[in-house]
Amino acid sequence: MIHPIPPGTRDVLPDEMRELRRLHLALIEVFESRGYGQVSTPAIEYNEVLARGDGRTAGGAYRFFDERGDLLALRSDMTVPIARLVASRYAEAKAPLRLCYLANAYRAIRPQRGQMREFAQAGVELVGSPAPQGTAEVVEVLEAALDAAGLTRAVVGLGDADLYRQLLAEFGVEGEARDSVLERLAMHDLVGLEAELSALEGISEEQCATCVALSQLRGGSEVLEQARSLGGAAVERATARIQETYDALKERGVADRVRIDLGLLRDLGYYSGAILEVYDPALGHVLGGGGRYDGLLRRFGLDLPAAGFALYLERVHVAQMEEESREAGGTTR
Amino acid sequence: MSIEVAGMGRAKADGPLKLAVPRGALFGEALDALDAAGIETAELRGDSRSLIFESPDITLVTMRPSDVPTYVEAGAADVGITGKDVLLEQSDRVVYELLDLGFGRCRMVLAGRVGDERLGESERRLGMMRIATKYPRVAERHFERTGRQVEVIEVKGSVELAPLIGLADGIVDLVATGRTLKENDLEVREEILLCTARFVANRVAHKLRAGEVDALTARLREATAA
Repeated sequence: MIHPIPPGTRDVLPDEMRELRRLHLALIEVFESRGYGQVSTPAIEYNEVLARGDGRTAGGAYRFFDERGDLLALRSDMTVPIARLVASRYAEAKAPLRLCYLANAYRAIRPQRGQMREFAQAGVELVGSPAPQGTAEVVEVLEAALDAAGLTRAVVGLGDADLYRQLLAEFGVEGEARDSVLERLAMHDLVGLEAELSALEGISEEQCATCVALSQLRGGSEVLEQARSLGGAAVERATARIQETYDALKERGVADRVRIDLGLLRDLGYYSGAILEVYDPALGHVLGGGGRYDGLLRRFGLDLPAAGFALYLERVHVAQMEEESREAGGTTR
Repeated sequence: MSIEVAGMGRAKADGPLKLAVPRGALFGEALDALDAAGIETAELRGDSRSLIFESPDITLVTMRPSDVPTYVEAGAADVGITGKDVLLEQSDRVVYELLDLGFGRCRMVLAGRVGDERLGESERRLGMMRIATKYPRVAERHFERTGRQVEVIEVKGSVELAPLIGLADGIVDLVATGRTLKENDLEVREEILLCTARFVANRVAHKLRAGEVDALTARLREATAA
């Protein structure tokens, strides 16, 4: 008899579990060997705590009342719970703090899309180490993790979360208009972006072209030159921040697989400064992401800079399999 | 298409770029645009039943327009051409919309029977219009935005049939010349939006095959600008 489980959840059977366990161990080994201690937090938090972390949402996607009538929620990532943990348990500790995790998180899904409500993430949080060195360390750990997973072709995209907010402020675009331009940018709808920008009053054709051109700049350090030639204080500040990070990555010898990407815009509300995304040529989906969230801990009463990343474990596992079959001369991708 | 990508090194994906070409109404103009952009399409113009056409530079994959976002989102195709109507209907698919190709111009409209007041009457007396469409999400968004209540009925085949035999008060559909409407005694009541063909890219391909994607975008931009 078949007893269904909710869409977007799944059982894992021994063959897959064995492979996942190897992946888990390899990743945790990388994290621990670099001084990142593993932590675990409850899957259920007070909704108020999760909402405090991510200002844009009202908390987790799955909320319910406990026996006292308190509103609880399932976490949607590990960054906010760890910010909460650091603020409560390590307020007096000496910075920097290095923590890692391997845990399930929960997000709302759109039906019929094969999306997962419950998914596993592995990642690190580096608290109390500012840009650019803190960011560079996180990228270094990320690259080591990708290698340990066998994804030696994987690439890390590096962008700046503040670029467009500051650029649009410089152009005098604010409020709702700014939000809808940012949304077009996040969706990477260039046709819509151009239409949106040219419909705005008080923004010149040149400024519109700058914004569109910036979002298409991606590649090696040469794109920073190209960006600077577009001019403006916001671009100058963002490229300076990225340049510093890139230089720090070069010092550590881990810049080769980093692609600077000025079109990067992650949709999580707490990012500031550097943002990261991870791709593997074997997979059409993003493997993970991260970046800096220097303002997040302050929302929990501890004013410390922070950075981190998370990898979607199921996707890493798929990419692993694709890469293996490619090495064996299998599929075309 | 042997463009070198600066510093891509080990990240270079394998094989030629895969481009999803829409069969159906956009097929001819899509092939013309590709020709103008320097991509050989002679093989596709024959009556071959093949779905995949390979050349050393690029692989062309033909499919229904509404499948293009699915293939491109998953990365099974790196880039593709499809209508804005399809992208709007499948707005939850994550694809990068890089270029308005300008052809395949048509209007998404609300239409009702000529001289028939069913639309207005249903709204006034029943508080609700029944609308048949192949584009339920576009239709729902339009009526929500204009503050009207509707029952959206999704149909797969000829939408024009629905108001003629009483399934719906009106239809939301794509109109190019208006001939089909006329033949079925229907008329345009409202214009919802204008649609053209768009060039889209997979998110990861846009990052990892930046040089190739940008070069193709530039050539298509030039080819369709005329």
